[in-house]
Amino acid sequence: MARVEINTVVNGYAYSGSVQSRWTAAEFIRDELGLTGTKTSCEMEVCGVCSILVDGVPVSACTALASDLDNKSVVTVEGLADGDELSALQQAFLDRFAAQCGFCTSGFLVMATALLESNPHPTSEEITHYLEGNICRCTGYRPIIEAVQLAAERADGE
Amino acid sequence: MNSQSESIGASLPRSDGRSKVTGAARYAVDHVVPDMLHGVAVRSTRAHAAIDGIGTDDALAVPGVVAVLTSEDLADLFPRYGHLVADHPIMAIEKTNYMGEPVALVVAETIHAAHDGADAVVVRYTDLPVLADVASAMEPDAPLIHPTAYPVGDAAFEEAITDEREDNVAHEVSLGWGDVESAFAEAAATVETTAQYPKLYAYAMEPYNALASVTDDGVDVVTTAQHPFMVRDDLARIFGEPLSRVRVRSPLLGGGYGSKSYTKVEPLAAVGAWATGRPVKVALNAEEAIFTTRADSAVITVRSAFDAEGRITARDFDIVMDTGAYTDNGTLVLAKCANRCFGPYNIPNLRVRGRAVFTNTVSSSSYRGFGAPQGNLAGEMNLDQAAEKLGIDPIELRKLNLVAPGGTILPGKRGLDADLASDLDMVSEALEWDTPDSEFTGTGVGVSASDAGAYPVSTAQVRVLFDGSVLVMSGSTEMGQGSRTVLAQIAAQELGVDIARVKVVQSDTGSSPYERTTGASRTTVLVGLAIMRACRDALSKLEEMAAENAGVAAAEVKSAEGMILVPGTGSWPYDQVIREWFGAGSGEVTGVGLVRRAGELELLPPFWEVGAVGVKVSIDPDTGYVNVNHLATVGDVGFAINPALVEGQDLGAATQGLGAALFEELIYDNGQLENPNLVDYRVPKIGDVPDEISTMIAERGDGVGPHGAKGAGEGTLNPIGGAVAAAVARAIGTWPDRLPLTPERVWTLMNPETGKNGTKN
Repeated sequence: MARVEINTVVNGYAYSGSVQSRWTAAEFIRDELGLTGTKTSCEMEVCGVCSILVDGVPVSACTALASDLDNKSVVTVEGLADGDELSALQQAFLDRFAAQCGFCTSGFLVMATALLESNPHPTSEEITHYLEGNICRCTGYRPIIEAVQLAAERADGE
Repeated sequence: MNSQSESIGASLPRSDGRSKVTGAARYAVDHVVPDMLHGVAVRSTRAHAAIDGIGTDDALAVPGVVAVLTSEDLADLFPRYGHLVADHPIMAIEKTNYMGEPVALVVAETIHAAHDGADAVVVRYTDLPVLADVASAMEPDAPLIHPTAYPVGDAAFEEAITDEREDNVAHEVSLGWGDVESAFAEAAATVETTAQYPKLYAYAMEPYNALASVTDDGVDVVTTAQHPFMVRDDLARIFGEPLSRVRVRSPLLGGGYGSKSYTKVEPLAAVGAWATGRPVKVALNAEEAIFTTRADSAVITVRSAFDAEGRITARDFDIVMDTGAYTDNGTLVLAKCANRCFGPYNIPNLRVRGRAVFTNTVSSSSYRGFGAPQGNLAGEMNLDQAAEKLGIDPIELRKLNLVAPGGTILPGKRGLDADLASDLDMVSEALEWDTPDSEFTGTGVGVSASDAGAYPVSTAQVRVLFDGSVLVMSGSTEMGQGSRTVLAQIAAQELGVDIARVKVVQSDTGSSPYERTTGASRTTVLVGLAIMRACRDALSKLEEMAAENAGVAAAEVKSAEGMILVPGTGSWPYDQVIREWFGAGSGEVTGVGLVRRAGELELLPPFWEVGAVGVKVSIDPDTGYVNVNHLATVGDVGFAINPALVEGQDLGAATQGLGAALFEELIYDNGQLENPNLVDYRVPKIGDVPDEISTMIAERGDGVGPHGAKGAGEGTLNPIGGAVAAAVARAIGTWPDRLPLTPERVWTLMNPETGKNGTKN
C-alpha cells in the first residue's frame, strides 16, 4: 500500500510520519492520532459532522485526504478549548443546550469558530447561511443559532 | 421533600455536555480494541431473488481479507434474530428479500481491505417477482416473501402471528365498539379522508455500528443499541449461550429516535468475531444504515359520522402499512397505530381495521411516534375536512369532542392524564388563531394521544459510597435525550445530596440492572420511579445501620436533607454511617428499586403521551415552497424535571415531524431505493427553522411519574403532519392526500390542470 510522508501540525502539535495514500483526513485524525472528536456520518460532504479547520479554512475530513494535510495546520474540536477553559462558543453551546446526542456538535463548533473568526458579529441570517452544510437531527437548530449569537455577544462584552 | 437542595424543576446543565463540546465524549464508533478486524457486508443488489451461489475466491485473494462469511457458514448457530418473530436472517438465507440486504460479510485487517473484498464478492441471483409495494404483495397470486414459519420471540405474539402464512399480511389488528353502521346511517354528516404517510429514514447521525468479541469468556459487544438487553437476548439465542455470558454495552448514542431499538448489526459483528477468533467491528456509513431499518409507510382511509351539532358519532378506520421485508417491530407499530389513529375524542362507535404487509423493501421498525404520526395524519385531516364541511371552527370542533381529563380514550386503559383543551388554547393563543390568514398563508393545529408503549419493567440500583457520593446504576441508554442528567436530578433530590456528587452509570448488561427498553418516552417516568424506590431503599438501610451504630431502635431513626437523624446522637452524614457500620473506613450501601405492573402502574399505559401543536405557513405560489412562519408546541409533561431538556425534546421532535411533513420520503422504484443517501433524502436543514417558535410546557402534576412527571419526546411530533397538511390546504384551497408536501407536490396541487396527487375540495 502506497504511503506518503506528511508534516502537519494538529491542534498545535507537530506530526511527521507516513500515511497511507488512500487515508482520508478523518481516518488519519481518528485512527492514527486518536482524536475521535471528529466524527463521520454521510461520508459525502453533506452532513458536516467531520468538519475540521485546515489553515483556518473549514474542510470535510471525510473526503479530504490525509496527504492533503501536508505542510498545513489543522484544528479539530479537541483544539478549541484553551486547556481546561472552554472557548466562548463551547460554553455557549452548553448554556443554550445546543448539544443533545452531541454527534454533530464537533462539526458545528468547528464551523461556527470559523464563522466568528471571519465575522465576529453575524446576523441570524449569516449564521444560518454559514451553517447550512451541517445537519443536526436532535435540536431543531434554534439552540445552535442562539448559542452562536450568545458567544458573539459575550465576545463583545469582553 | 427538602428545600435545602432543589435538584428538580430546574434547567441544570447536561452532565454529558462538557464532554460533548470538547470532543471527549465516547460513542460506540469510537471504541477500538487491539487485534481488531473490520467487517463490511456485501449487500444485495436485487429486491427479491434466489441466491444461486456466492463466489468468494476473488475476495479472499484481496490482501488483508481474513474471511468471507455467508449464511452457509452459520450452520452451527441459530442464524436469525427478531424480538417478536425471529425471521430476520443475519445474512440472507437462500434468497434475498430487499435491495441492500446483507448476503455476505467480508472480514479484513483494515476497513479498506474489507470494502475491497466486499466489492470482489460475486453473488449469482435468479430474480423472483418483486413485491415492490402493498398492492403487488396483496395480489391473490403473489409469491410469499415468508413461506415458512419462524420461532416466536415474544410469547405475547404467539396467537397474533400465524404459523403458516397464506398471504403476505404480516399482522392484522382490529378494535372497536358500538354499532358503527347504524351510527353512519343516522348521521347528520359524514366525511371520508384517505391519507398517505411516507416511508422514512430516521437518520440518527451516528450510523449503526458494533464491536464484538466472542471468546471463552462469552460474547461481548459494544454497540449503538437503544435496548442493549434485547440485543443480549438475540445474541444469546444465536450462540446458544445463557444470558449471563452475553454482555452488551451501549455507550453514548449519536441519536436514536427509536431507530436504534432492537438488534441491528450486532449479529454481523458477532459472527465475524466467532468465525475469526478476533474482535470484529462493523461500522456502517449513512448509506448502509439506510438499508438497515425505516419507518412504516401507511395508507389510511377514515370515515367519520357527526350529529347536527358536530359531535362525533362514529369513526371507521382502515389502515394498511408497508412493513417491508421482515417482522422486526412492525407488528407493534401497527397495533399502536390502531390505538392512536382515532385521537383523544369521545367516540361512541368505533371500528379500526389494520393490516401490515410484507414487501420487498427495507424492513420497517420503530421510529419516534411509533404508528401515531401515520394514524394521526389521517384522523386529524379528516376532522379538519369535517370542520370545513360542517362550518365549525376546527379548534371548536376538537374541543367539542375531546376527552376530558380523567376520561376514557380506550376502555380498560388508564384515563386521560392530561388536559388537551387547555393545551389547545395555549396553541391557539400563541398562533393568534383568531387573526385571519392572508393570501397564500394558512394555519393548522392538531392534537394526539399515544398510549405510551412503556411496559412497566424497570430496575435500578443506587449505591451510596463511603465518601457519601452516589452511583446510580441503570440499564437505560443516553442517546441525547438527557436521561443521564434527569436521572441524576431525581436521585439527588431524593437523597438530598449535591448533584455534582451523583454519577449515573448506564447500559451495560454485565453490570447494569435490567431495563426493558429505552423507548416510548419511558425513562423519566419508569426509570425515575425505580431510582426513587432505590433511593428510599438505600435510605432505609442507612437508617437501620445508623440505629445499630447508636444502639437505638430502627423505628426511631429518620432521614432528611442528606442526613440520618438519630435521637440523642444528632445528625449523621451517610459516609459516617457507612464507615462506622463496616468498621474499616470503607464499605457502601446499595438500594434496589423495582418497577413492575402493580400499584399506581397497574393500569396501562403508565401515561398518555399527548400532543398539541400548531403551525402557520406561507406558500410561495411560484415554487410551491412551504415556509413555516410559526411553530407552536405544548409539552404536556405533568412536571418538567429539567425544563430546558423538555423544550429540547419538544423542538427536536417537532422538527422531525416537519421533516416528514415537508421533505422526507424514501422513494422506491420497483424495489430499488432511488434515494439512499443524504443528498437525495432531504432532512430539515438549519435554513428550514421556523421563523418563530413557541415551545410551551404545561405542568399540571397529573402524571404517575416522579413529582407528577409524564414522558416527553414524541408528543410534539405526532400531530405535526396533520397540522401542516391543514395549514397548506387552507393556504392554497386544495387538500393534499399525502406527505411530504414538497414544493413540487404543493405547486402541482395549486396547478391541478397539469398536476396529480390531490383532490380538489
